[in-house]
Amino acid sequence: MRDERVETAEAGRSTDLGVVLRKLLLSGLGLLLLIASGVSFYRHRHLEETVVLSPGLTEVKKLSDYFDGVRGTVNDCNVYILEGAAPGATMFVMGGTHPEEPAGRLAAWLFAENAVMEQGRLIVVLSGNRSATTVTRLGGAYPTDFAIPTDYGERRFRLGDRWGNPLDQWPDPEVYIHYPSRQNLAYADIRNLNRTWPGRPDGKLTERTTYAFMQLIRQEGVDIFIDLHEAELQYPVISTIVAHDSGEELATFVSMMLSDEQFNIGMEYSPKNLHGLSHREVGDYSDAVSLLFEAPEPFLDATRGRTTTEQLLTGVDEFVMKAGEHGLLFERIDESGWPIDVRVGRHTSTVLQTMESWTELNPDRPLACRGVPRYAEVIEKGLGHWLHDPVQATPGRVVTE
Amino acid sequence: MVNLQSIVTLVYYALVAFVVVILVWNLVKARKWEQEVLYIIVLIPFLLRLFRLK
Repeated sequence: MRDERVETAEAGRSTDLGVVLRKLLLSGLGLLLLIASGVSFYRHRHLEETVVLSPGLTEVKKLSDYFDGVRGTVNDCNVYILEGAAPGATMFVMGGTHPEEPAGRLAAWLFAENAVMEQGRLIVVLSGNRSATTVTRLGGAYPTDFAIPTDYGERRFRLGDRWGNPLDQWPDPEVYIHYPSRQNLAYADIRNLNRTWPGRPDGKLTERTTYAFMQLIRQEGVDIFIDLHEAELQYPVISTIVAHDSGEELATFVSMMLSDEQFNIGMEYSPKNLHGLSHREVGDYSDAVSLLFEAPEPFLDATRGRTTTEQLLTGVDEFVMKAGEHGLLFERIDESGWPIDVRVGRHTSTVLQTMESWTELNPDRPLACRGVPRYAEVIEKGLGHWLHDPVQATPGRVVTE
Repeated sequence: MVNLQSIVTLVYYALVAFVVVILVWNLVKARKWEQEVLYIIVLIPFLLRLFRLK
């Protein structure tokens, strides 16, 4: 009897030891998973992007210089000012409203690194929603970053999301009620920079960010505001300029000129009853003409195949092509896809054409810019040709975005 | 309103920490390996959020 009890106790101890060892082993495996994913997320959030300042760039400010409510936050982005040699109008070009649409950011990058204003003033922002550059779509299996080949190597950029990082603004409401229209929008859109215009000073981070941009637009006396985007081919608002009422004539002029000389681009009216979008609210709540440009990005299409960096940069996708064969797309696509150079070139040309058309319509407030490649040049040499080597740059002329 | 948001966020992180503690406790008490694996997998996203990584 006594021997049986001893054996049972020993067996129990042995089992307990086995359970403890098993828990330790499984916990170790879990820890490995935690570390591997954590390192990936940390690297993405802290990947440093460099900007080699254009010779025409006169000042780098912070968004918080216009509204203190974003100071010290992740969205306190750089504001690049390019003062022209001669006076004229002020144009504000913003990339990174939706950082999962990289052509918008990269086109703005080409202006920050190359533009020299001869007449008027240019303001450039590369990361409108900087928080959204630090996260990718949850469950979307997006690459965290991508590299653009250049003449000296490669430059690496963060790929972001349509919405700000939940680490920076959380929790979301059940229903997002837009201010000041009180229109009901999807709950996650309270982190979408293009649903929170014109913002409010005491709102959530994204609302404070758009409020800060509105302050920038008012304080700098911006005449034209341009918001750079990309769109899936299954979305009807694509390859187009969306214009506020005050910019209809300008956008029509730009669309006609580009469609005649470079590539097809349409023009659409900003809906009056759809609130929170830049092309509506910036025009309504400031004196600036508000335009939004859309380029085609198959990476965003729901019917896409593998979500890879290659697909992001080449825009080649057999599944999206198949959707096109069934008449489900609002833009053409073939084996050549929609390469990033084409998409960026569309944006740079459209911005430059807007300057020219604006100047024709407003000769007393001209805009003239040199140094930035147009559509054909970007395609010919690749956009990386226009991204300058930070190592070779003049000291003090490189900043981190 | 900003202060209220900060408080809500803090409460949210306190809830995340509480769930982490509960999951670890359940992991310690579990006797089946399937349950242990489940607790560990469920723990990971909570820890990533608590450490402000994702």
